[in-house]
Amino acid sequence: MKFAVVVFPGSNCDHDAYHAARHVLGQDAAFVWHKETSLGGADVVVLPGGFAHGDYLRTGAIARFSPIMREVQQFADRGGPVLGICNGFQVLLEAGLLPGAMLRNRSVKFQCEHVFVKVEQIDTPFTNACRPGQILRIPIAHGEGNYYAEPGVIERLEKNRQVIFRYTTADGAMMPEANPNGSAANIAGICNDARNVVGLMPHPERACELALGSADGYVVLESAVKAVTHGMFAAAR
Amino acid sequence: MRARVFVMLKPSVFDPQGTTVADALHTLGYASVTAVRQGKYFELDIDAKTEDEARRIASEAADKLLANPVIESYRIDIEKTEAAKR
Repeated sequence: MKFAVVVFPGSNCDHDAYHAARHVLGQDAAFVWHKETSLGGADVVVLPGGFAHGDYLRTGAIARFSPIMREVQQFADRGGPVLGICNGFQVLLEAGLLPGAMLRNRSVKFQCEHVFVKVEQIDTPFTNACRPGQILRIPIAHGEGNYYAEPGVIERLEKNRQVIFRYTTADGAMMPEANPNGSAANIAGICNDARNVVGLMPHPERACELALGSADGYVVLESAVKAVTHGMFAAAR
Repeated sequence: MRARVFVMLKPSVFDPQGTTVADALHTLGYASVTAVRQGKYFELDIDAKTEDEARRIASEAADKLLANPVIESYRIDIEKTEAAKR
């Protein structure tokens, strides 16, 4: 199966995602420049981390108008699995593929550290290989990861089980101290109504090998492989 | 025409940057400054015949790009300028 890794000017985790998909998981992977108008028959689309268009105006605000985003939108509408990591999550929010917005971290600092993230739901293409409630130790690196949505929207996300990842302590307790950026309800990642589009601030692709200090993120990308090979989200191509 | 677009976080949205600026002002001795909200300001020179047309274009630009309606609201002032001659 094939991963497409979208490259915006200013993406800087594109190679991390490509490396994880191709060299760690042994899958086919290709970079897709943001001016392209085809995803090249990919089974899974990854919007990587970085600073697309320099994060000018707002994070992801300009990237959402890149030509490739029309394809990403259509791929998502057809049920194709789309993963937005960090800046990629911010792009998905600006593009309206996921609800809500990002605010500056409550600390007003760029938070770069390993955090603990609890997998809240496993019925998505990016968590189906996880155990329910599994705790992942993966890194974050962002200045604007303070997830915000109006209370009614948060309520709907909770009700529809669209909160997929939450910042917790090492033993899974959801406490303010475990929240690195002030996100509403300790939200680290969410999915759309159809559950095929997932965005998260932490970087699973940077934690796929023990040599990198943690391999806990492996299961997220492994889930995508499992989802596609089992035909769970294969209708999109 | 020149459109001045002021984009602010909605009152219900917490503004960490504004709060930090307020703290800095307090450190400088400005105890009378009770709150700071930080926003963005844009000047758009628009080749338009009427103020209404300029306002419509600026408003569309704000809706599409300059502001994120989830967290921000905006205000537009239109000023007649000699922009068309430049």
